Amino acid sequence: MFGLFIPLIAIGFGFFAGAIIMLFSGNNPMTGYVALVQGVFGDLYYFGETLQQMIPLIFSGIAVAFAFRTGLLNIGVEGQLIVGWFAAVIVGITIEAPMIIHLPLAILGGAMAGALWGFVPGLLKARLQVHEVIVTIMMNYIAMHIVNALIRAYFQESGQRTAFIHDSASLASEFLAEITNFSRLHWGFVLAVLACVLMWFLLWKTKSGFELRSVGYNRQASAYSGMNVKTNIIMSMSISGAFAGVGGAMLGLGTFEYAEILSSFTDYGFDGIAVALLGASNAIGIFFSAFLFGGLQQGANNMQGQANVAPELADIIIALIIFFVASSYLIRWIYSRLQSKKEGK
Amino acid sequence: MADILQVLYTIVPAALIASTPLLLTALGGLFSERSGVVNIGLEGLMVMGAFSGIVGTLFFESIGFGFASPWMGMLAAIILGAIFSLFHAVASITLKADQIVSGVALNFLALGLSVFIVREVFDSGQTDAISARLFRIDVPLLSEIPVIGSMFFSRIYATTFLAFIVVAIVWYVIFKTPFGLRLRSVGEHPMAADTMGIKVNRMRYIGVMLSGALGGLGGAIFAITTAGNFSAGTIVGQGFMALAALIFGKWHPVGAMGAAIFFGFAQALSISAQQIPGLSEIPQVYMLILPYVLTILALAGFVGKAEPPKALNQTY
Repeated sequence: MFGLFIPLIAIGFGFFAGAIIMLFSGNNPMTGYVALVQGVFGDLYYFGETLQQMIPLIFSGIAVAFAFRTGLLNIGVEGQLIVGWFAAVIVGITIEAPMIIHLPLAILGGAMAGALWGFVPGLLKARLQVHEVIVTIMMNYIAMHIVNALIRAYFQESGQRTAFIHDSASLASEFLAEITNFSRLHWGFVLAVLACVLMWFLLWKTKSGFELRSVGYNRQASAYSGMNVKTNIIMSMSISGAFAGVGGAMLGLGTFEYAEILSSFTDYGFDGIAVALLGASNAIGIFFSAFLFGGLQQGANNMQGQANVAPELADIIIALIIFFVASSYLIRWIYSRLQSKKEGK
Repeated sequence: MADILQVLYTIVPAALIASTPLLLTALGGLFSERSGVVNIGLEGLMVMGAFSGIVGTLFFESIGFGFASPWMGMLAAIILGAIFSLFHAVASITLKADQIVSGVALNFLALGLSVFIVREVFDSGQTDAISARLFRIDVPLLSEIPVIGSMFFSRIYATTFLAFIVVAIVWYVIFKTPFGLRLRSVGEHPMAADTMGIKVNRMRYIGVMLSGALGGLGGAIFAITTAGNFSAGTIVGQGFMALAALIFGKWHPVGAMGAAIFFGFAQALSISAQQIPGLSEIPQVYMLILPYVLTILALAGFVGKAEPPKALNQTY
């Protein structure tokens, strides 16, 4: 029961705090939230864009959740996503092949790059007991600077970006665009849904998934029962990185069809922490929380246009929801107080 | 020889100026982490500091404080930074949230909140530029010393000297006062500290709030000396670099100072390497990633093992 209770309360708190902030900044919360909801459901185009926003969020959420299941916190999804984005686009630009080969190859390129970026902190954690959080944060910056330098040196086409990928590596979908009033929705959405299924399958239906969960639950007991904890740590971080890398590939092959020089992070990786946390690290939960956060970001644009509320309100609400989910102790405490009062009567 | 000196006269002051915000923020992080609370939120605290430093300076300018305005802005940043850090303190200490998740949320909240307010107040993504800037000064007497004088004591901000004085104060507080002993004991073995009658949670609250105050000051100094206004792109990674300096400096004030100066050098070099013969060949990216690579190597034990406080990242 609590599995659903805490996230819902946290969402409620988050939106309530958002309403108070709107009140204090001289906006009408009702108008603001109506504009927000309209920005998601009001038009097929908006709805398509929301689904499009979900794609990288689902992948980064899965990436965080996968590491979390092994008892690891992967703050490096951002960097893994950036290298995945870059690698997929490079494959999409430099190779010429029929789509049936080219597209999977480009996605695989993203996955491999992300996996490599996850492998390093995994290896350091397993072999040298280096805490993965700091290493992954540092790897984020290394990823951004290296990718920027590579684009600048070898792939800069016009302005701050690379050339467009070949059509044979594109995820763009005329069909999906057409039914959503020509939004940027692309085939990556189908892949994201499949990724949710894959995550569920890997974790709950395979032997190594069982080991991953077991190691996350109790490292000592797992080692005692003969599981190789170190291999599991490295594998979990690599798989996590691969998911993040594919998330980046979705941006590179679907949403933008190019890579660009980043002046700051995309924030998809950090949002992934929120998505995984709110989704309780399970596949269905991640899908819905990705929809919530994708919708918040999409709706925020409309909120600015129609109700003149600064779009950063969405970031504030997301941050507060993370606080409330992370502080579920508070919600549990209030709940237990209420329970004991009931019993006292 | 004269050429090299000329280069050093440019680079050294630039490096010291670049290291100042990192140093102050790292010292803030030191209080928090020595008390056992991880502070990934240093970036957010710097964002809050940069925001309140600039907005404070603009406000005090407008009511006629003139050249005292940036100093009043810094004071505002210290206070607001400490208050803002309470989010992290309440969540991770009282409500026993995961300290890392809470820190990440703090970073989000700082950026969201500050840019939200800026957009509501200034109707654009950035604030107006402050006009009362700090001036680079020559230190009387010390700047007259041959060679060293022009390198370390000329054309430098007063805030840089302030930062080095703070290093000495922090060192003294942490290692020579009962407060410092209590703070460290709470970060090493909270249960033992509790048994001795030390209020663990109170010490941790103080640690986090000091990190907010110093992180706020660090962010404000960066914004006032280097940026001149505030937008979402003012603080991009300096907080994490300060965290790197703290770890690379092994959670020791003097170590953090060394690391901050070193990172400041890397930053100054990456900006001005193009003008230096011999260095212009090295791609800028190596300088940019240097602090982060070094931190990973330090953690892995290749640059001397860095031992964090034992109770770091544990709720009590």
